Amino acid sequence: MNVSVVASVPGVGARSGAAGPRSFATALRAEWTKLRTLAGTWWLLLAVIALTAAVGAGADSAVTCQAAGCGQDPAKVALSGIDLSQAVVAILAVLAISGEYSTGMIRTTLTAMPRRLSVLGAKAVVVTGLTVAAGTVGVLASMLAGRLILPGRGFTPLHGYPPLSLASGPDLRAAAGSVLYLGLIALLALGVATAVRDSAVSIGLVLGLLYLFPVIASALNPHWSRHLEQIGPMSAGELIQVTAGPRRLPLTPWQGLGVLASWAAGALIIGGLALRLRDA
Amino acid sequence: MTDTRYRSQIQPGPDSFGQTVRAEWVKFLTVRGWVIGLVVAALAILALGLGPSAQGSCGTNGPASDCTQPLGPGGEAVTDSFYFAHQPLDGNGTITVRVTSLTGQIPDFSGGGGGTGGPQTRSGLVPWAKAGIIIKASTTQGSAYAAMMVTGGHGVRMQYDYTGDAPGLAGAVSAASPRWLRLTRSGDTFTGYDSVDGAHWTKVGAATLTGLPSTVQGGLFATSPPYWQASGAGTSVTGGSSEATGAFDHVRLIGAWPNAAWTGTAVGDAGGPAAGSPGGFAGAAGRFTVTGAGDIAPSVSGAAGLGVTITQTLIGVFAGLIAVAVVGAMFMTAEYRRGLIRVTLAATPGRGRVLAAKAVVIAAVTFAVGLVSSALVVTVGQRVLRDHGVYVWPVTALTEARVIVGTAAVLAVAAVIALAIGTIARRGAGAVAAVIVVIVLPYLLTVTTPLLPAGPTDWLARVTPAAAFAVQQTLTQYPQVNNAYVPSAGYYPLAPWAGFAVLCGWAAVALALAIWTLNRRDA
Repeated sequence: MNVSVVASVPGVGARSGAAGPRSFATALRAEWTKLRTLAGTWWLLLAVIALTAAVGAGADSAVTCQAAGCGQDPAKVALSGIDLSQAVVAILAVLAISGEYSTGMIRTTLTAMPRRLSVLGAKAVVVTGLTVAAGTVGVLASMLAGRLILPGRGFTPLHGYPPLSLASGPDLRAAAGSVLYLGLIALLALGVATAVRDSAVSIGLVLGLLYLFPVIASALNPHWSRHLEQIGPMSAGELIQVTAGPRRLPLTPWQGLGVLASWAAGALIIGGLALRLRDA
Repeated sequence: MTDTRYRSQIQPGPDSFGQTVRAEWVKFLTVRGWVIGLVVAALAILALGLGPSAQGSCGTNGPASDCTQPLGPGGEAVTDSFYFAHQPLDGNGTITVRVTSLTGQIPDFSGGGGGTGGPQTRSGLVPWAKAGIIIKASTTQGSAYAAMMVTGGHGVRMQYDYTGDAPGLAGAVSAASPRWLRLTRSGDTFTGYDSVDGAHWTKVGAATLTGLPSTVQGGLFATSPPYWQASGAGTSVTGGSSEATGAFDHVRLIGAWPNAAWTGTAVGDAGGPAAGSPGGFAGAAGRFTVTGAGDIAPSVSGAAGLGVTITQTLIGVFAGLIAVAVVGAMFMTAEYRRGLIRVTLAATPGRGRVLAAKAVVIAAVTFAVGLVSSALVVTVGQRVLRDHGVYVWPVTALTEARVIVGTAAVLAVAAVIALAIGTIARRGAGAVAAVIVVIVLPYLLTVTTPLLPAGPTDWLARVTPAAAFAVQQTLTQYPQVNNAYVPSAGYYPLAPWAGFAVLCGWAAVALALAIWTLNRRDA
């Protein structure tokens, strides 16, 4: 009699750990607590912000534009820190899952939350959320640095370059797209690491996927290299940053980001299947 | 009484470095994943080098479409196109001229360049536009020569056999400030002189050309290499052919010149498409003008250059590098992960020695794998490229060996850096990412898709570990050829082994830090 009364009180059953519906919010909170309490997480996020801004500012002070039509893309230059900070995002996302495998924590996690796809989903939300937050700060700092430094390097309205501004459509697309780019890199890395489990191998695979496509494309004839640029996650995804330049783009900016999104989705599906079908 | 049945049969001996190396070698061999990692590295190098190769049109449409460059007396590929007003010289002799002007046409890109009817041209000279006197074994491209010339921007020069270059009088030539040039043949020895007044002569240089026939061709010439300018971010170039015209008078021939009549020959394709004229010479009353285009110089691979180098076949090394970095980092991080490091350090308390033994093993193994795979891919890959109609720049056997051995050495040192960073970080992910970011990313930014102008790119190619890829360069920079000598065209700012030394410097720093942290920390 008493038992039925206790069970009917909402929340009590869940807190006591007895059988009861585990909501996605619970999984989310668990993953947030795990990631938040690792010291490395905050250092890596700080590195994402610092590298995005510092490399961008360095590139801003290295380029020059002597005359009108110098063929440069100021937004791409200002946001070139993404080339480096995406590697840090990949480390963060890989460690979020492979760290659990290397310490054996994954067995505790899956015992507490047997719905494995919820675990992966919660990790994806938390890691992507943190990445997007750090990426936003870094990208805003890069755009500000570009706005302050680039006019002094010859990127003046006289040469056809108004100062970088989030009020201009292409610049806003480049900035917001770069934040999304980092978020998708986090999802891609999380998916790969879930499937592979080992951190060193995962990071090798992810960075190989990102950096190798442009390197190999450079060695092929224009026809094939264009195809490689269309399917490479980095070469296609970074098209979102292009606002000017003489080159005919292999894809439109949003199509390019779509290619990266497909890579991320594919990696997450494979990772999710592996997690679901395999013993931990 | 002691029971000795379970005592080890192995004799206790002084523990040597050799034993530590052997222990690490056994560890390496018995982890299947690491061996697979190196097999993956070798397969990636081979598959990417031999698989999706470039396509060309050289030699695919019969012998006429064959892509060849003339080879100079030294065996290097050369450009040998100019307009030549010549007559035979039978034995020894001297030719003396006065040059009163050097003018030319270069492409004009200021007007937007649009429209039909070819590119616009304007008056101007490229720095190495040349006109002067030359004595050459024959009118065949690539044959030996010695020449005295005035140039567009480098004063009077004596040049011989494509690579030889000696400076004479500085300054531009004009009617008010003419230049007198003299070239003397005595057997196989050629001596060049210059003068401002035709009375006081200065020796510019002397050259010995071997294997000349007794009868050679001597006379006046003019040529002008293609014009180019950096465009965009300074990472691409636009250009077109140019032409130069030299005006000569006071032509005086001494010695065995039997003909006393000039023949005009366009050696190579000496026409100047920029001006739409075929090149040529005109002479009346002792005054001559010669117009030509092309160059007499060693050939270089510019941005719009012909063909590829053997380095092209080694593109898979980047994939191999990532696999090697993963294995190198795990060689140490796996010990921490499994707790094996405590056993290792209990058995060999000298921690620096453990790290050194690991470095020796991983370096030797990756060097061997890298050597075999790059030797295969370079020798077979260049044949595949040629079969596909791609012009592959000729290299000497020594250069080819340096590229192969150097690439294997780069892989070995990269593995050692991964091991060292793995020791410092103790986490595989950070170590692997660090190695890839410091080696592959600078290469991407300097060679593949240069975003920055030449200055910062040059600097990146000098100080980052990616400087080591200089060991793969096969092209030579010539000061007497104006070209965009940038990493993306295959010209690195550092000499091959100097670039490799930069990588070794990074490895030494990483190893020193690793030994320091290993000694300082509890395992």
